[in-house]
Amino acid sequence: MGYHSVIYEGTWQSFLTAIFEIYERKLDQVTICTKERFQPGVFGDQLVIHADEQKAKRVWMGLKSKLSKEGLNKIFACYLSELDGIENILLAYIRLVFSNDQSIEQAYGDAAVLRVSQVNRIVHREKHRMEAFIRFKLTQDDIFYAAIEPDFNVIPLILGHFKRRYADQKWIIYDLKRKYGIYYDLQKVEEITFAFTPDANICDTNTIYFKEDEALYQALWKDYFKHVNIVSRKNTKLHLQYVPKRYWKYLVEKY
Amino acid sequence: MSDRVREKLQILADAAKYDVSCSSSGSNRKNHNKGLGDTGSGICHTFTEDGRCVSLLKILFTNVCIYDCAYCVTRKSNDIQRAAFTVQEVVDLTMNFYRRNYIEGLFLSSGIFKNADYTMERLVQVAKKLRTEHKFNGYIHLKSIPGASDELMHEAGLYADRLSINIEMPTENGLKLLAPDKNRKDMIQPMNYIKNEIILHKEEKKIFKKTPIFTPAGQSTQMIIGATKETDKDIMYTASSLYKGFNLKRVYYSGYVPISNDTRLPGLGTAVPMVRENRLYQTDWLMRFYGFNIQELLNDANPHLDLDIDPKLSWALRNLNQFPIDINKADLQLILRVPGIGLKSAQKIVGARKFQQLNWEHLKKIGVAINRAKYFISCNSRQHERRDLTEMKIKQFILAGSGSKYLKNNPQQLVLF
Ligand code: SF4
Repeated sequence: MGYHSVIYEGTWQSFLTAIFEIYERKLDQVTICTKERFQPGVFGDQLVIHADEQKAKRVWMGLKSKLSKEGLNKIFACYLSELDGIENILLAYIRLVFSNDQSIEQAYGDAAVLRVSQVNRIVHREKHRMEAFIRFKLTQDDIFYAAIEPDFNVIPLILGHFKRRYADQKWIIYDLKRKYGIYYDLQKVEEITFAFTPDANICDTNTIYFKEDEALYQALWKDYFKHVNIVSRKNTKLHLQYVPKRYWKYLVEKY
Repeated sequence: MSDRVREKLQILADAAKYDVSCSSSGSNRKNHNKGLGDTGSGICHTFTEDGRCVSLLKILFTNVCIYDCAYCVTRKSNDIQRAAFTVQEVVDLTMNFYRRNYIEGLFLSSGIFKNADYTMERLVQVAKKLRTEHKFNGYIHLKSIPGASDELMHEAGLYADRLSINIEMPTENGLKLLAPDKNRKDMIQPMNYIKNEIILHKEEKKIFKKTPIFTPAGQSTQMIIGATKETDKDIMYTASSLYKGFNLKRVYYSGYVPISNDTRLPGLGTAVPMVRENRLYQTDWLMRFYGFNIQELLNDANPHLDLDIDPKLSWALRNLNQFPIDINKADLQLILRVPGIGLKSAQKIVGARKFQQLNWEHLKKIGVAINRAKYFISCNSRQHERRDLTEMKIKQFILAGSGSKYLKNNPQQLVLF
């Protein structure tokens, strides 16, 4: 059987549909990628995938019957990494899952299993960083607003945490890179996109947008940060390891 | 809120920063009342320039104090600016910081004004107000005032996630020397009370579902290291007996930061013993998570930890007769004792070897520090280290191969094995 390029729409459902088709058509030698990443001129047949809810669901249910909850989450987290070629690693992993009777989740001797575990770890590190480094600012409409530009598409992973924690305040978390966000209106969380490009200058304390108090609390937080430091213990290397420079733009205390 | 509050925050954050505990984990208070916050994630929201985790708003209620402990900036005889918050100010700061995702909660401690109960009462009021009026479910750690009454300790336990009393000095003699106003008994007694209350509440909870939660994250304490002459053995034996005697969740070791010219203490300009502090934490971990008995790590023959190398390696070198162990066969307990293998790697090894015999390449991928581990293990491979190396030789090889990481003047806090 020949070589196939499977081109999917860049959504989770369409990715699972792609897996379904690969099994359905018994394709052996394949690479999966998005339209954007597809390089024309690659030899072999092309197969264009359109998301199909039923097919996606069957793959997911199949995985669910073979994997622990943690294992399922790992697959989803890897998918969200958007790393070049991650789809093929996931395909190899999924093939391994379906072709073994016992659980392969801990078979770290296998390259795909190890890679999935590593990517899962870096995606979760980004998730944790976002949970830590997001700084809300209170807008004039009483919404706590935060803009982010995470390395990976982690909004689906952080949603639950913020919903549980900030249940009594309205908030928006907006991914400037991927141009979408989530909005909690005290009842439910919804996906939103802004019709305009939000001001990238997220350190704004302008009172047209933000409450009077906002500037004061930012100042208090900066004061606090400055005064908990113990100069005689300074360790810049360690500091940068924990708070890499690319995150500073979010951090009220660092700008 | 105004400039006055800013000034107070500066003074009272400054005064609180020497308390090292900043843990916000161990509790899992749910956001059950559609209020604000939950606990259990233990997030570090930022890190200070010295690389310490900032998780809580850590402040003193006041830095007015009637005592004169030599090692403390807040001591009565120290000529500094004094300030005191009101209960409402602390509540507002906590709520507003929390809502902006700056913090996991509040760590409130205080100098002693008037007397122990008067001070403790104010700390309890803050916690009570946050929980009842503001439906705050974030983390609250109160530092109990030595000598506070059982009634106040009880109330504190109902609202706080964690209570702590700092034991301050590793030995009673050290305490007598530097904090003549204080005595061990005033510290031990509330600790004991809290321990018993926690047990009681747990028992009641089994019978009555509605029993209120009581300090779900338990209690912790802190010792100052290097202010007096105690050995590492003294320190860790005290820690071990505190873990056992009072079911403590954590003991913190805080390298003394010189703050005065008092001749009883290391002078200004003396380096903070950061490597030593790190070694003590490592020892603490070995004791709590790696199944080591404290007597194995520190004893009369070895009263001090080796500063050049971590305590696990140090132990392994003294006990070469117990090695090498076979990675593909040995119990988890033994694998945990191998230098260069951490908790996670050990678990991964035990998981992965069910599928195939592991070799050096596998171990490397799993995350084992081969350059250290190789002297102590064998695996599915023909090459292994020659076994006739002496303790000194191995130590030299490891030190030479590990770059600057183990040199005394380049401490990596919190890097464990
Ligand atoms: S009682 Fe506490 S605050 Fe007062 S001097 Fe002693 S250690 Fe410092």
